[in-house]
Amino acid sequence: MTSASSSSQDDVLSKVRASLDRRYKRERRFRLYGAASAILGLAFVAILFASIFSNGYTAFWQTHVQLDIYFDPDIIDPDGQRDPQALSGANYTKLVRNAMAELFPGVSGRRDRRALNGLVSSGAAYELRRMVLEDPAVVGSKRTLWLAADDEVDMLMKGYIDRNVPQSSRRIKDNQIGWIDELVGQDRVRQQFNRGFFTSGDSREPELAGIGGATKGSMYMLIVTFLLSFPLGIAAAVYLEEFAPRNRWVDLIEVNINNLAAVPSIVFGLLGLAVFINFFGLPRSAPVVGGLVLTLMTLPTIIIASRAAITAVPPSVREAALGVGASHMQMVFHHVVPLAMPGMLTGAIIGMARALGESAPLLMIGMIAFIVEVPGTPFDPATALPVQVYLWADSPERAFVERTSAAIMVLLAFLLVMNAAAIWLRKKFERRW
Amino acid sequence: MAVEAVRQDITEELGRTDNKVDLPSMSELASYVADQDTESGSEADSPTVGDYTAADPVMTVRDCNVFYGDTHALIDVNLDIGRNEVVALIGPSGCGKSTFIRCLNRMNDTIDIARVTGDLRLYGDDINARKTDVVLLRARVGMVFQKPNPFPKSVYENVAYGPRLHGLASNRAELDEIVQTSLERAGLWDEVKDRLEEPGTGLSGGQQQRLCIARTIAVSPEVILMDEPCSALDPIATARIEDLIDELSQNYAIAIVTHSMQQAARVSQRTAYFHLGRVIEVDTTDKVFTNPGHKLTEDYVTGRFG
Ligand SMILES: Nc1ncnc2c1ncn2[C@@H]1O[C@H](COP(=O)(O)OP(=O)(O)OP(=O)(O)O)[C@@H](O)[C@H]1O
Ligand SMILES: [Mg+2]
Repeated sequence: MTSASSSSQDDVLSKVRASLDRRYKRERRFRLYGAASAILGLAFVAILFASIFSNGYTAFWQTHVQLDIYFDPDIIDPDGQRDPQALSGANYTKLVRNAMAELFPGVSGRRDRRALNGLVSSGAAYELRRMVLEDPAVVGSKRTLWLAADDEVDMLMKGYIDRNVPQSSRRIKDNQIGWIDELVGQDRVRQQFNRGFFTSGDSREPELAGIGGATKGSMYMLIVTFLLSFPLGIAAAVYLEEFAPRNRWVDLIEVNINNLAAVPSIVFGLLGLAVFINFFGLPRSAPVVGGLVLTLMTLPTIIIASRAAITAVPPSVREAALGVGASHMQMVFHHVVPLAMPGMLTGAIIGMARALGESAPLLMIGMIAFIVEVPGTPFDPATALPVQVYLWADSPERAFVERTSAAIMVLLAFLLVMNAAAIWLRKKFERRW
Repeated sequence: MAVEAVRQDITEELGRTDNKVDLPSMSELASYVADQDTESGSEADSPTVGDYTAADPVMTVRDCNVFYGDTHALIDVNLDIGRNEVVALIGPSGCGKSTFIRCLNRMNDTIDIARVTGDLRLYGDDINARKTDVVLLRARVGMVFQKPNPFPKSVYENVAYGPRLHGLASNRAELDEIVQTSLERAGLWDEVKDRLEEPGTGLSGGQQQRLCIARTIAVSPEVILMDEPCSALDPIATARIEDLIDELSQNYAIAIVTHSMQQAARVSQRTAYFHLGRVIEVDTTDKVFTNPGHKLTEDYVTGRFG
């Protein structure tokens, strides 16, 4: 009796052991697959980041040339009235030219002189004008200044231009290279942090182009989108989940919200063009219209995420609230919404991150225009970061390549910050129940 | 009784606990039905054995039927709850005890598929009427749920929530007072007085249940419904809750669901025995436990069933 039962016991044990072995193997295999796919994903992200970073990090520095500028009163202010009108209209390029001629007295002939002057960015003149308008006292003095070099010089200094290539197939010529080498020999060339890249708007000259305008445009757009889509989305989700009667109309609305989430974003752009611009007469290329269009695009995402968050609130909490005599409304706003808030916020931020990276619908409403001014209000024309990336990626100048990558880096940094915020918010508000 | 009906009943009862249990064969069922029919021959004619009325009723329930979709969960239930009285509701799992007490404060409203019919009254006010204010009703009829369900807020907030909703305290000191006395009466004060700001969900299961009791008595309801309030408690905490029930019954009417016969005997004056959605027997607790009038009740209280 005992031996029989113990032998059957052994039998069971050996069966369990045999199956255990198999189960553990399966588990290990599964873990391996999981780890492999995670590593693969990470590897792609790493490659992407590495390639963008290696292409783009140089854009944060800009080559400058040291020149001894004589603020010649005869050129700037021949009347000697210090009239701001006259000061701002003066020919500052001439000051730069004179300084260059002083450095290279041997250069003569129109062609060569122009090539020489081409080494300094046309933005240098604006810089000088800014200085004079800020402080008219500089007129008549001689200053040693670091002025931005032309983008081709910048490229040469950063090593993107091969000197061994025949002269005809590069835009910077041998004599120019000779002058630059001479300047380098005199310690008159150096790399400076490129502040303008973050503050200025777009430009045809790569060394003057910046993402300031696009960043501000994107920011205005996101603010409009958030202010509209977050309250609307949450209100819609709360209403649909908690207050709407269950009938065919509500079902229809639900189905359509889910469909909207899957509509290609360019369609929203077309809708925005037809409704906001053509019908309501809002300005073209304005971030406010972009924000409205992105609101349409983000709303379904926020509604769906919020509804999921609301349904995830356990019914026991609802019953508890109703049980002590809370009205339906109090139950919803005292308990359900606060508990669902982390999920709603996460949904909203993910929706916003998608909106930030969106470019297709913005093309339809004219935010692809070439805009130099940094927008001052959401109603001024502007571009957005992804659109700026697209515009620069399309430009032929070599210097725009690094700027494209740098703009992508800034865009990615924004996205990272937003996703980190989502995680942080979730952690902060997360509660156990 | 049809074989199908019994099969249905069994399915429901099994469905609650374990879906994987095989159903008995049809022939087994047939013999069971034959038994049931003879046993409960009187059931259909005189639905409830004993006296379901109370001398001084606070709540009266007549011909109450509850349906969950097609499931008929309560069948023609009649029962009174008297002033200063504790009524114990006993019966096997799935017989409809929770369903019954959830009718008394309209908690079944929250279940979409639930439908309640019958004449339910609190001091003569129709509970089930469309125009009845459920918020007021639930303030008057408090409930302790079967599973502890504290809010994911601090211990203090858990208890203070109800009084604050109904404006029972005019200032912070009064509110503190209500919170403290409620926690004391629920026998939890000593354990939580130093951690009032910690989340209520961080307490142990038994502490959570007492917190829920404190939350319920904090709004001073007229009737208190308790669904197995002691199922997660140790004997000491149970004894404390039973003392509380004794004390509360001086002022309130109480209905308590319990699976412990001893507890029912200790705390209640009257006992109702539920079986498959019907009230089989209602009588003084003494009578139900010592001299039950129905075969099913006898089987249950002597431990031969359920
Ligand atoms: N939300 C619901 N939806 C559908 N059927 C339900 C629901 N709640 C309860 N029922 C059914 O109603 C019947 C009675 O359930 P109830 O919860 O009242 O039993 P109980 O007597 O409280 O059991 P226990 O002692 O296990 O708590 C059961 O058959 C159950 O399956
Ligand atoms: Mg129950």
